Amino acid sequence: MHFWQLTEIEIEALKLSLQVSLWAVAVSLPAGIFAAWILARVKFPGKNILDGLIHLPLVIPPVVTGYILLLLLGRNGAIGNLLYKYTGIVLTFNWKGAVIAAAVMAFPLLVRSVRLSLEGVDQGLESAARTLGAGPIRVFFTITLPLTIPGIITGMILAFARSLGEFGATITFVSNIQGETRTIPLALYTFTQVPDGEIGAMRLCIISIVIAMAALICSELIARRFSARLKG
Amino acid sequence: MQINIKRRQGSFLVDVGFSGSDTGVTALYGHSGAGKTSVVNMVSGLVKPDKGHISVKDLCLFDSEKGINLPIDQRRIGYVFQEGRLFPHYSVKNNLTYGLKLTPPSLRFIDFDSVIDLLGIGHLLERRPSKLSGGEKQRVAIGRALLTSPAILLMDEPLASLDAKRKAEVLPFITRLSAEFKIPILYVSHHIDEILNLADKLVIMDSGRVIASGAPEDLFSKPDLQKHISMDDHGSVISGVVDDPSNCAGLTQLKFGSLYLTVSPVNAPKGMPIRVRIAAKHVGIALKKPEDTSFHNIFKGTIRSIVDNEGAFVDVYVDIGRVLLARISRHSCNRLDLHEGKEVYAMIKTVAVSLGGSNEDRE
Repeated sequence: MHFWQLTEIEIEALKLSLQVSLWAVAVSLPAGIFAAWILARVKFPGKNILDGLIHLPLVIPPVVTGYILLLLLGRNGAIGNLLYKYTGIVLTFNWKGAVIAAAVMAFPLLVRSVRLSLEGVDQGLESAARTLGAGPIRVFFTITLPLTIPGIITGMILAFARSLGEFGATITFVSNIQGETRTIPLALYTFTQVPDGEIGAMRLCIISIVIAMAALICSELIARRFSARLKG
Repeated sequence: MQINIKRRQGSFLVDVGFSGSDTGVTALYGHSGAGKTSVVNMVSGLVKPDKGHISVKDLCLFDSEKGINLPIDQRRIGYVFQEGRLFPHYSVKNNLTYGLKLTPPSLRFIDFDSVIDLLGIGHLLERRPSKLSGGEKQRVAIGRALLTSPAILLMDEPLASLDAKRKAEVLPFITRLSAEFKIPILYVSHHIDEILNLADKLVIMDSGRVIASGAPEDLFSKPDLQKHISMDDHGSVISGVVDDPSNCAGLTQLKFGSLYLTVSPVNAPKGMPIRVRIAAKHVGIALKKPEDTSFHNIFKGTIRSIVDNEGAFVDVYVDIGRVLLARISRHSCNRLDLHEGKEVYAMIKTVAVSLGGSNEDRE
């Protein structure tokens, strides 16, 4: 077999990884923008605690995050129980759970990037829009959000790349099930555990690097184009 | 326009009450830090007063007793900021129409094309704000505010970020729009020359309070108000009409009362009313009528009062039919034995008369 010929298992892992990562970004984006806006613009007691909570997955071991997710969202977990009872959704041991794990791990990166960008938006422009007759919601969607787009794009790419690489929280929360939760990192790990797995591991390793590099280059190009447009 | 507001900002108290006419320009003048911008921000709703009342025309914008505090976007104010604040991600055209589109058609009384014509910004519509000069930006910002058909136009030092040349480029537009669109304007400035020919009414502020209000020429002849005016602006304001736009010497001759004043060339038709400012430091005093002198303007008058300044100078108020302020050294005052009621000649250099934006500005 040729070196570049991917096996079915590897193709499956690649597709699953892309699927999980894209969903993770999509799920965390609205919440991420909202959280970033709160951190950048609203003053309230306990803001440091919220800030800390959002950044927690960045500093605690991923396995701990995965275990906490299992406790909260597992079939018998505090939230997972209710979720199953009212919507029939189960998150453990399937790809949806992998999305949640990836989203939680990538969330701080997304929020950081959007927040930085939001803090760079001149609030004088927002005031000006208000005096021109726009309500707060319109100001957000016509002024604040468009001016934040470079940060949102950077945040999305960072979150996407982080999701692609997610391992610890995923394996703890949703286990390593082929075709269901076995993303590229998990497949790579599995290859290293079996005899004759080196070639497959090498291929997945290269694929990971290529995807991550492509994402970074794309984000840089898009962000640059948008910054240029925003500055006129 | 009725404004009566109080607000404490840290240790600074803004406590201001004045009324302005429903047409024309009311200028808010004072040192930087006098609280002028705070007042404008409270009228706009960007800042909430602790208590008081604000109404424009018949619309009450704020009343602490009645619990009225209209949201910013419902106040129908046009606000021109010092830095323009154009939206960088919109073209000039979309900047101009941002507020226009949010104004219900039934409330629109300002026409897009007439604003574009007046401000001379038709050729800029497709450009991005970053591709505009400072003067163009401010003209677009004025247009954007005007196009919301506001009940009042607030202008917070709209020329402060511009150099003298750009100022001269924008000022005539502002003068014209107050007349053309019949919108009251509340205009903030700490440059007396800027508002000299713009203001119908002047409100002088200092340390968060209104010191005086009235016609510019009245306020500037009052000795007790001079201390609220920045040193360079000390002087008298005289209003007259253009008598001869270009006399035999190529200078402009103004007439006030029965007297004539020769000034730098003004591009204005005969009969146009104009205010000029004569800086106190550029007025000299003589006991006998000087002959063989370079001074074009020599007026006979009597000394009305002499005010001792700190330092080496005194302010002499000379009544020449109007009140003229001269700042001379104490030494000269003693040497000439000046006192109230004494007859003197006041001399004004032509080039020292400031025309308040009717011509190129100082600086």
